[in-house]
Amino acid sequence: MGWENWIITSLSRSLAYGTPLLLGTLGEIYTERSGVLNLGVEGMMIMGAYSAFTITYISGNPWWGIMVAAVVGGAFSLIHAFTTVTLKANQVVSGLSLTMLGLGLSGMFGRGWEGKPLPATIPKITISHFSKIPLLGPILFVEQNLIVYLTILLVPLLWYILYRTRIGITIRSVGESPATADSLGISVNRVRYLCVFIGGVLAGLAGGYLSVAYRPAWTEGMTAGMGWIVIALTIFAFWNPAYGMLGAYLFAALYHLAFRLQPWVSPELLKAMPYAFAILVLIFVSRGTLQKRMGAPAALGLPYIRGEE
Amino acid sequence: MRGRVNFKVERRPIASGFTVFLVSLFAILAALVVAGIFFQIYGVSPIRAYQLILRGSLGSIFGLTETIRRAIPLLLCGVGLTVAFRALFWNIGAEGQLLMGAVAAAGIALFSKLPDPLLLPAMFVGGFLGGAVWGLIPAILKVILGINDVITTLMLNYIAIYFVEWLIHGPWKGPSARGFAYSDTFPHAAWLPTIPGTRIHWPTLILGLVLAVMMYILINRTKSGFEIRVIGENPDAARYAGISQLKTTLLVMLISGGLAGLAGVGEIAGIHMRLLGPSHISMGYGYTAIIVAWLARCNPLAVVVTSLLFGVIMSGGDVIKVSLGLPFQLINVFNGLILLFLIGSEIFLRYKISFLRSLRR
Amino acid sequence: MDSSGGYAVELKGIVKRFPGVIANDGIDLKIRRGEIHCLLGENGAGKTTLMRVLYGLYRPDEGEIILNSEPVQMTSPRAALDHHIGMVHQHFRLVPTLTVQENIILGLNEGTGPFMNFRKTREKILAIADKYGLLVDPQAKVWQLAVGQQQRVEILKALYRKVDILIMDEPTSVLTPQEVEQLFSTLRTLVDDGLTIIFITHKLDEVMEVSDRVTVLRKGKVVSTLPTAKADKTTLAKLMVGREVVFRLKKSPMKRREKILEVRNLYALNDRGFLALRGISFDLFGGEILSVAGVSGNGQNELAEVLTGLRKSTKGRIFLEKKEITNCSARDIDNLNVAHIPAERIRIGIVPALTISENLILKKYRSSRFSCKGFLNNKKIEENARCAMSNYQIAAPSYDTPIKLLSGGNIQKVILARELSENPRLIVAVHPTYGLDIGATEQVRKILLTQRERGAAILLISEDLEEIMTLSDRIMVLFNGEVMGILDAESADIGEIGLMMAGTRYEGEKL
Repeated sequence: MGWENWIITSLSRSLAYGTPLLLGTLGEIYTERSGVLNLGVEGMMIMGAYSAFTITYISGNPWWGIMVAAVVGGAFSLIHAFTTVTLKANQVVSGLSLTMLGLGLSGMFGRGWEGKPLPATIPKITISHFSKIPLLGPILFVEQNLIVYLTILLVPLLWYILYRTRIGITIRSVGESPATADSLGISVNRVRYLCVFIGGVLAGLAGGYLSVAYRPAWTEGMTAGMGWIVIALTIFAFWNPAYGMLGAYLFAALYHLAFRLQPWVSPELLKAMPYAFAILVLIFVSRGTLQKRMGAPAALGLPYIRGEE
Repeated sequence: MRGRVNFKVERRPIASGFTVFLVSLFAILAALVVAGIFFQIYGVSPIRAYQLILRGSLGSIFGLTETIRRAIPLLLCGVGLTVAFRALFWNIGAEGQLLMGAVAAAGIALFSKLPDPLLLPAMFVGGFLGGAVWGLIPAILKVILGINDVITTLMLNYIAIYFVEWLIHGPWKGPSARGFAYSDTFPHAAWLPTIPGTRIHWPTLILGLVLAVMMYILINRTKSGFEIRVIGENPDAARYAGISQLKTTLLVMLISGGLAGLAGVGEIAGIHMRLLGPSHISMGYGYTAIIVAWLARCNPLAVVVTSLLFGVIMSGGDVIKVSLGLPFQLINVFNGLILLFLIGSEIFLRYKISFLRSLRR
Repeated sequence: MDSSGGYAVELKGIVKRFPGVIANDGIDLKIRRGEIHCLLGENGAGKTTLMRVLYGLYRPDEGEIILNSEPVQMTSPRAALDHHIGMVHQHFRLVPTLTVQENIILGLNEGTGPFMNFRKTREKILAIADKYGLLVDPQAKVWQLAVGQQQRVEILKALYRKVDILIMDEPTSVLTPQEVEQLFSTLRTLVDDGLTIIFITHKLDEVMEVSDRVTVLRKGKVVSTLPTAKADKTTLAKLMVGREVVFRLKKSPMKRREKILEVRNLYALNDRGFLALRGISFDLFGGEILSVAGVSGNGQNELAEVLTGLRKSTKGRIFLEKKEITNCSARDIDNLNVAHIPAERIRIGIVPALTISENLILKKYRSSRFSCKGFLNNKKIEENARCAMSNYQIAAPSYDTPIKLLSGGNIQKVILARELSENPRLIVAVHPTYGLDIGATEQVRKILLTQRERGAAILLISEDLEEIMTLSDRIMVLFNGEVMGILDAESADIGEIGLMMAGTRYEGEKL
């Protein structure tokens, strides 16, 4: 019985820990699908975490905190959109600068908030009716955060939008061949702004979840590199929300196992896995047809200037 | 006669050195102003904050030396990055290359049975090679498989970080204190000499200055440098001219990774004397070096100046931590803002606004 | 109820200028409803520019477009589509990773709200496809399709948007003969259904086979519009290339020397993976200029790239002074003293941000003339620049000026100075006077003639027939990657050349 309990707890924890990874990855998938690389995810996440915490503390209502986190993440991302889409500056450098800015600002303003207890947090709920389902029941429906459920529901929604709706087709065309989209009357800039914004909102949400739901607390730098894992996971997911879910929960599980498996496998090795895997995926996909089938959006990272074909 | 001012925007064919300088200055000042606003919001007078920073980093001997010793890894990494960026290789991996250089040097210091006088030179060579190998991996992936250099260099940073973590928690574990893990202390022969009373490990400093000059000469006066410049300015013309993309890319990453590796050697042999946690070895030197190189407009000699500027910022961060109780992370506000304004202001280098006055009759 | 007098569209007095050239010089064109109308002309004639004006990609400087007796403003392709005008470009505008149906509905307001009814879309597409014989699988990903099928998707894209007028820009350049037949039968079906088709081409066979009327353009002006039934290939060819007497530069008689270049049965692919060269063979001798004539896109660029080591050949052999150089690298060929004056001056021929003197040593920086033990010898480089600037009269403030500040003509002179500095045995010159003003053009031509005097073998690729007639000793015409014929320039009839450029093989003696 000990084993079974252990597995259930691990998977349940993985679901919880995988949620911010998944939120961030979903957002970055949309951003990169439109052709923009956003390396500022880490900064947006931590700003989300910070804002959610402080707003929750002040207002007493964690849902306000979450909403503000989303707004803050979105606002940050608009700076990135402005520099890269409108000013056509280097996307890599813009993203990096926003990560630095986010880390610095949250560190600065967060001083003094450490250790403060929150008056209220997003509650964990247990749906006793479903929790009787063998295996899945205890994992999914016992002591899980509401946001975890919302995130899971988000996956099929975002998948559907990307692959089965008009807006999704538009987004994908902008990321693959902006010149073609432009010639058909699609506003490449507008689509990119939208997608970058979605990425920022979801990153902010991910951060807010961390500080107000997962382990309610504020510590400087509490995202601990999660934003970079998101970048790796986006590649690992082949820019597909469904695989993104797989990847996020998988690596969350690995993380959780990192501690449990310490006697046998070094935790550092497990932590390095997302990054190593991302490189392996890129190598795998670098061959001709696979590139087309599963590779990165062709226009990723390149500013679009009409007339330059 | 009334005048009406209107302006026209036209493309600027070439930005003069003076314009570039002015625009850079504007970017820095704008960043400082916005940072000042953040200080104000936080509740600290920006004037007081800047006074503290300047006094702390430049106003005392101790402050000056701290500034310089912060600048050393920035100098080395920055010079290396200018070479890579000139060839349009986006090396975001200086952080990882620095760490791998540190690992190599630590390995030699702790485990090789070399005679004492050979230890430090061997560490430098090993550190250079460690960083160079780490930099060659993404180079090979890019040239042979066409894989994006930004992602590979970035991912390798984290692999390097966890590698170091593994070493100090595992095979190279030494005594730990207060929850931080680190390796054994190096033998004395592996300690870099410092200027007495300071933490400036001068051999690395001299190495950095010499390499800055050497890289400047390389880029501007040698055949390889010519090839680097052609590839960076017009890859199609480079192909037409028969310049080998493979050889040049490998060369620049050998240099860039190697120089970052040297920075790593300097840090652990000059400051810490042991291998410790990655965030203690490098406080983001690899990333800050990107801004250093960018601000220097990829000119290795200018890096000497810009690395000093960011040395001021970093040692200013120390001061602020002590006097105002703010976390060291705060320097990232400066870094982020400066970089943001730098790239945002580049539009002024590409376009010129000229004011025309037309007289109305 | 037809108020437009039977005309689908009318173009009146269209003028379109680009820096240095008038692409359309007062063009009047009336396209009848329900006809297939061909626009015939060589490159630079203005056909593609004119159709881009009609499709809203360019705004005309003067003139108007009249649809249904009303002048309209074509502000963008969206506007053109709103006016039921569609265009199938020479280089397809498709998103490779999307499916056929996704590409077809891209940019349209299909479905209710955000939801798509893919089944309905598929049915609509298949209905149109069936009607016109454009078989394609709506759920296939575009990158998996053959080129002919991709073109069908482009056509379906236009048909789905209910166009009345369909413009096709050189549609057969990427098709196999069978696909061409299929395309023509599709076009006839479309026309039977009431569509109007404007067909841009330079191939006379196609004009004769499929069009109702044909308009010949030359140098931006309409030369003539006539019903195809009343035309024949010879007449059309002459109209296409013009009949004026060509002024020949003072040229000394050819003193042909030893054979420098031998090309045997050369095959090569272009960037899209199709055969660009199909069995090219010719010889080139020192002291002569052999021009390669032909409409752009028939293999000329690929030929130049293969000869200079920038493209691999798939079959065939090349000999330079009896030494085989097939598939040697660009650097090796350069070391054998072969000069290459590239087609795209600024994109490949120079490094815009570097100085004049640096551009002058773009290829030769490795030689002991300019470098020593890895270091560049600045003094020698400057000296070289000073010489070059005076010899070639390059107008610039100094040799340290960044080359991007120079005029087109001066840039070309820098390239010439660089390429010709070491008395090359073989010179491959591609469009050397393209975009240059008269003065610069004269200078460049004189330089080439001087090299010819000197005994160099010159392969001149040009779209400018006047230039070819003026400078050449012999003329080789390429069509569809094959040599149509090689003629002696003195006795060549320009009509004959026109015929060859448009697809007729030379029946006389080959030189």
